[in-house]
Amino acid sequence: MFYRESGVFKTSYAADTALMPLPNTRIGAALAGVIFLAVLPMVFGEYGMSICNLILIAIVGAIGLNILVGYTDQVSLGHGAFMSVGAYAAANLVVRMDMPFWVAIPAGGVMAAFIGTLVGIPSLRIKGLYLAITTLAAQLIIEWTINHVPAISGGAQSTILMPPPEVFGVVLKFQWQIYFFLMVFVIIAMVGAANLIRSRIGRAFIAIRDQDIAAEIIGINIARYKLYAFAISSFYAGVAGVLYTYYLGIANYEQFQLTVSIDFLAMIIIGGLGSPLGPVFGAIFVTLLPILVRRFLETFGGYFMDYSTLAATIPSLRLAIFGSLIIFFLVVEPEGLNRLWRKVRNYFRTWPFSY
Amino acid sequence: MRYLTRRTLTLAGCIAASLGAGSAMAQQKEILLGAQCDRVGPTQIVATAYCPAMHDYAALINSKGGIGGFRIRIDEIDNNYQVPPAIEAYERHKQMGAVSYLIWGTPQALALKPRLEQDRIPGTSPGFGSAAAADGKKYPYVFPIAATYWSQGAAAIDFAKRRLGGNLKGKKIAYLYFDNPAGLEPLPVIKDIQELEGFELRTFAVPSPGVEMGAQILDISQRYRPDFVIAHLFGRAPSVAIKDLKRAGFPLSKVLGLVWASGEPDIIAAGGFALAEGYNTMQFAGVGTDYPVLNEIRAMYQKEGKPVPPAMETSVYYNRAILNTALHVEAVRIAVQAKGGKAPTGEDVKAAFERIKDFTLGGLLPPLEVTAADHEGGGWVQVFTIKGGKFVADGPWFRAYRDVVQKHLAAAH
Repeated sequence: MFYRESGVFKTSYAADTALMPLPNTRIGAALAGVIFLAVLPMVFGEYGMSICNLILIAIVGAIGLNILVGYTDQVSLGHGAFMSVGAYAAANLVVRMDMPFWVAIPAGGVMAAFIGTLVGIPSLRIKGLYLAITTLAAQLIIEWTINHVPAISGGAQSTILMPPPEVFGVVLKFQWQIYFFLMVFVIIAMVGAANLIRSRIGRAFIAIRDQDIAAEIIGINIARYKLYAFAISSFYAGVAGVLYTYYLGIANYEQFQLTVSIDFLAMIIIGGLGSPLGPVFGAIFVTLLPILVRRFLETFGGYFMDYSTLAATIPSLRLAIFGSLIIFFLVVEPEGLNRLWRKVRNYFRTWPFSY
Repeated sequence: MRYLTRRTLTLAGCIAASLGAGSAMAQQKEILLGAQCDRVGPTQIVATAYCPAMHDYAALINSKGGIGGFRIRIDEIDNNYQVPPAIEAYERHKQMGAVSYLIWGTPQALALKPRLEQDRIPGTSPGFGSAAAADGKKYPYVFPIAATYWSQGAAAIDFAKRRLGGNLKGKKIAYLYFDNPAGLEPLPVIKDIQELEGFELRTFAVPSPGVEMGAQILDISQRYRPDFVIAHLFGRAPSVAIKDLKRAGFPLSKVLGLVWASGEPDIIAAGGFALAEGYNTMQFAGVGTDYPVLNEIRAMYQKEGKPVPPAMETSVYYNRAILNTALHVEAVRIAVQAKGGKAPTGEDVKAAFERIKDFTLGGLLPPLEVTAADHEGGGWVQVFTIKGGKFVADGPWFRAYRDVVQKHLAAAH
């Protein structure tokens, strides 16, 4: 805000392709780094950290879905199922073969990418709502398969207990330890996605999204890039699934049902489709809002009714408020929270001398 | 834009204020039980009576002076039948100092298992969760405290055997189940008993969400024509099954619903008690409204001059919540006693759970005995049949094929 940008004075390719060309952005990123890596873990206790951890995992999954839906415009309702593929692949590796986390996490991602690519094949012929239905079918088929194949699910309860990850001989038990563990993957996921979108592949995705026929005419192999999008997106989903499994200590497909896929779609739509920070905002919003609304109601509802009435009212009221807030934010900003954030940022960019 | 920012800021301020105020809750001389309850999700059919009952029982105990001078407080958070909110709710209760936990939902019970162990807080999952948790050595901090799906499946076969004249050889049994892990869980036990008893078994899966099962019902009633049907269904599915079986002309007296296909809401949604005449329901808590503890709760409301809550008009899920809460309170009582009147920790309550026996609240609870090895308390159930518009007990508490269940418990991991 106390800094004025003017003109383009770049003298090297490195400066031109920098991920954060403006000093403001760099300062902001450094500040965010300090807040998220130092301040938050010091301020929050175990409970606060546990919420952060849920958000971090959701961010990884949402970034993955954003690549597919936001940048390539291939609607997917199978994101939860891809997460379960990663979760079970990793859980089986860890429990049966005693693999460390640095094998299990990429392996879960690769397995999900493989299944995701198969599911993506129909996208070569169909698009839009029709594609959504085929991915919905994939979601149900994957659920059914896991439920009915004991070799994958590990028995009738479809549940595999997962030991906590071990990093350099330290077993991660406390929430703050897991927080830093997850943060590594979130940073890799965010930087990876931001760079992917600036690359040849990412530009091809965007070209397909904007006008697939035009993209084909200018020489983009649509079939290949659509499958890339599915593979990369499911890879992220798979990794998120493995992280969930490590965090919860259990792989269970009932955690990855259709509602989860819809939750992730909600995250990226609320956050802002096709924007780098959108999934982050969306994941925070969708995870945190129900918790905050409950806190709010618990505090102020106590003035109006006794505890047992309050306890009966909160669940319904919380859903109603959660739903209305989503509608509210989408009405005031159809392009999502990311756009809201950019408006605020641009306002302060020239503040206090906006004219 | 400016207008919007101001509004957003106000909202954020309110939320921040509520966060700050939320932490000033811990009071002295109070024992906190964390509870998850799901009044809006897919299990709301259970929750409508279940959740208020927990608070009613705590209020009853507190109106009598609490436990050793401690007030019992139950804090309830809904989880929408999803795992991440359940984890969040649990972490919050842990931070608030809960010494004992009422779990809600099978996937949630599974996900909470490692946490309960790590934090040394006992959690109960009556009638759901993993059947393997009955083994207290492998699941030290999880207490099913009521018949698990394995015990229920075994008891169901035993009931069918008695209904069919004491011999199942050559008889046909249909197992109609919700196609999820909980629905599949009793099958290995039932198949083992099948080898012992020599009956014929066919399974009929109902896919989620379980509101469409016309094909399965026709298959059962017209083609397979079994001698007995065991229905292991959840949510809206039981009412659809009862209605469709009735419509297909299958005698409901040859149908037994396992514990989550056995509530008043299921019967009412199916078309009422008159339609469901003869239907058998399996229960892990007594059914009926004239148990002494229920009369005490009604008396408590009358003394306060309040109307008796509508949840008390039903008795299946209400009584189950009384069972669950009462066992927690009983464990807390034993723990406080063992500590000489001091506030117990989760570890103390866990040890106290393992000493519960001869605690039946006048027949509402089975004659259970929880030990360090057996967290199920024996696996007792009772069958209530719908006769003349109400639930009528079909004999005393019973359990069956314990050796088969034990074999599976030993093999579980």
